[in-house]
Amino acid sequence: MDLFEYQGKQYFARYDIPVSPGGAADTVDEALAAADVAGYPVVVKAQVQVGGRGKAGGIKLAANADEVREHAGNILGMDIKGHVVRRLWIEHASDIDEEYYASFTLDRAAKKHLLMLSAEGGVEIETVAESNPDAIVKLHIDPVVGLDLVTARQAAVDAKLPERALDGAADILVKLYRCFTEGDCDLAEINPLILKPTGEVHALDAKVTLDDSAEFRHPEWDAFRGLTEMDDREKMATEKGLQYIGLDGSVGIIANGAGLAMSTLDVVNQVGGSAANFLDIGGGANADVMAGALEVINFDEKVKSILINIFGGITRGEEVAKGIVEALGRVDLKAPIVIRLDGTNAEEGRQILADAGIPVEKLRSEPTMLAAARAAVALAN
Amino acid sequence: MAIFVNEHTKVIVQGLTGGQGKYHGMRNRAYGTQIVGGVTPGKGGQDVEGVPIFDSVAEAVAATGANASFAAVPPKFASAAILEAAEAGVGFVVCITEGIPAQDEAKVFNTLLRDYPNTRLLGPNCPGIISPGKCNIGITAGEIAQAPTAQGPNVGIVSRSGTLTYQALYELKQKGIGVSTCVGIGGDPVPGTNFIDCLAEFQADPETHAIMMIGEIGGSAEEEAAEYITANVTKPMSAYIAGVTAPAGKKMGHAGAIVSGGKGTAQGKMDALAAAGVKVGLNPTEAGELMADIVARL
Repeated sequence: MDLFEYQGKQYFARYDIPVSPGGAADTVDEALAAADVAGYPVVVKAQVQVGGRGKAGGIKLAANADEVREHAGNILGMDIKGHVVRRLWIEHASDIDEEYYASFTLDRAAKKHLLMLSAEGGVEIETVAESNPDAIVKLHIDPVVGLDLVTARQAAVDAKLPERALDGAADILVKLYRCFTEGDCDLAEINPLILKPTGEVHALDAKVTLDDSAEFRHPEWDAFRGLTEMDDREKMATEKGLQYIGLDGSVGIIANGAGLAMSTLDVVNQVGGSAANFLDIGGGANADVMAGALEVINFDEKVKSILINIFGGITRGEEVAKGIVEALGRVDLKAPIVIRLDGTNAEEGRQILADAGIPVEKLRSEPTMLAAARAAVALAN
Repeated sequence: MAIFVNEHTKVIVQGLTGGQGKYHGMRNRAYGTQIVGGVTPGKGGQDVEGVPIFDSVAEAVAATGANASFAAVPPKFASAAILEAAEAGVGFVVCITEGIPAQDEAKVFNTLLRDYPNTRLLGPNCPGIISPGKCNIGITAGEIAQAPTAQGPNVGIVSRSGTLTYQALYELKQKGIGVSTCVGIGGDPVPGTNFIDCLAEFQADPETHAIMMIGEIGGSAEEEAAEYITANVTKPMSAYIAGVTAPAGKKMGHAGAIVSGGKGTAQGKMDALAAAGVKVGLNPTEAGELMADIVARL
């Protein structure tokens, strides 16, 4: 789950990382109230999960209430690279001497945590990586050992941060690492990390991606739900616990396993069609899950045919078949189904489908993935 | 020969009294795998269809001489289960659990590396391993795997994706091609066993004559494998990479599969493998056909 900036700052605050006082606002009036609490001058910031907000006019300085009213009014509803601004974050404006960059991620190749630290902050780190790669200090951290203050301070020295920023930076790095590990982040990034004229180091932005797998030990994450950027199809799928990503094509896809689902998208594309979605019903999916998946696909107006591609391992063929029969009784499917069923108990599954007496224009079986994709694409085009 | 497991492998199932553990553990036994015990804390002394249950892995190993473990436990307990098996001296641990937090995986990987170098972890979030006719640990349906022949040629399969592992086995079975061992390494960000570990074993295994590799978008494991292949693998290979049509920035189902910042694309991986001399198919069927061509020439 990607957090909005204001949520990331709330999360940072839990780990004592210094952030500016402020408040979230969905209306101009709320923005004015938040500005009073934050204290003028304030910055009015669009909350969208896309880079380049500043350039697009989504971040404005406001010295007084009139300016807050003007900027909040302009930014709310603004479209930034396809993301409509529904919420603002109003915070006290900081005086800035210097801007740095700091982040923690998992380096999959090294199988260690990776700290990236640079004295060149405020721009996208990819840009720095291209123009001046030596300006980025990369430090691998053994997850078993962790990060201590001495190592963090040395990283700041290596990144050529000025003497007066070293202690503050080291302190924030250790706190940010704790947020990253104990807070179960895939990414914890501060850009810019600023040095104030007073010598304090401070997080001016927050980019946090939480690891959904760790949700079971973070009840506090419930507060972050609700405003995430999902379309209606994705919301419905999430409520049903399905791994769903909306796309723009006309063939609805249901498969078990992320790899097979991706592969199904590829094959549909290769035979001249386009997928309406990615949907992985996961391992061990039962009749209920299959019925739920079909309901989500059915909700998508663009879907002209449905391709179900199941290779049973944990998922059992007879459960898939029962789910389809159940769904056809429960939902009035607008599009015909083409199914390819193999693996664990596939025979039983195919028998259940055959016995259900579903007309062939509603449901047909194909023996291979390619044949099923061709049939589904022919029905959709 | 087979890699990592064979007919002598003795397996305990951690979580044999649970739903998934029992279902797949019993299927593995029915396939012919030596399932010698189960572990569920607090249920020691019971049995599941005649398989004795122990309170701890250490007790199970002492009583049965097990040298492998099949960890089928929920995400919350998976890290502890893997480390318990390592502590008990189990040399090969297969963990099928999906949804283990990435922070836990990174810790387990590095703990094994430092404290238990003699334990190999396969997974997590993987379908397991099958040496057809000898041993099947995990969730693969055994009947879709063609047994190898003494004279060969036989193919070794290594795959990052669960269901595509079955698809690969199935493609080869349709063509009557024997499989020496099929390893599903799992799609999570920090797999215990990676492509290179398996490629090295297959290269050294006299019963494996060719290798089929299934990758997917995200990370750089396929690119690293390509480098390794160029330098070390002389056996012919075919490959398939899933996710050519995956949009950037969207996590395709599980944690490992995401194209971000222009990195980890299917095309980049296909190009890297092709440059290493691997025959790359555009879908699993084509990769199977390419392998059939390779085998026909051996």
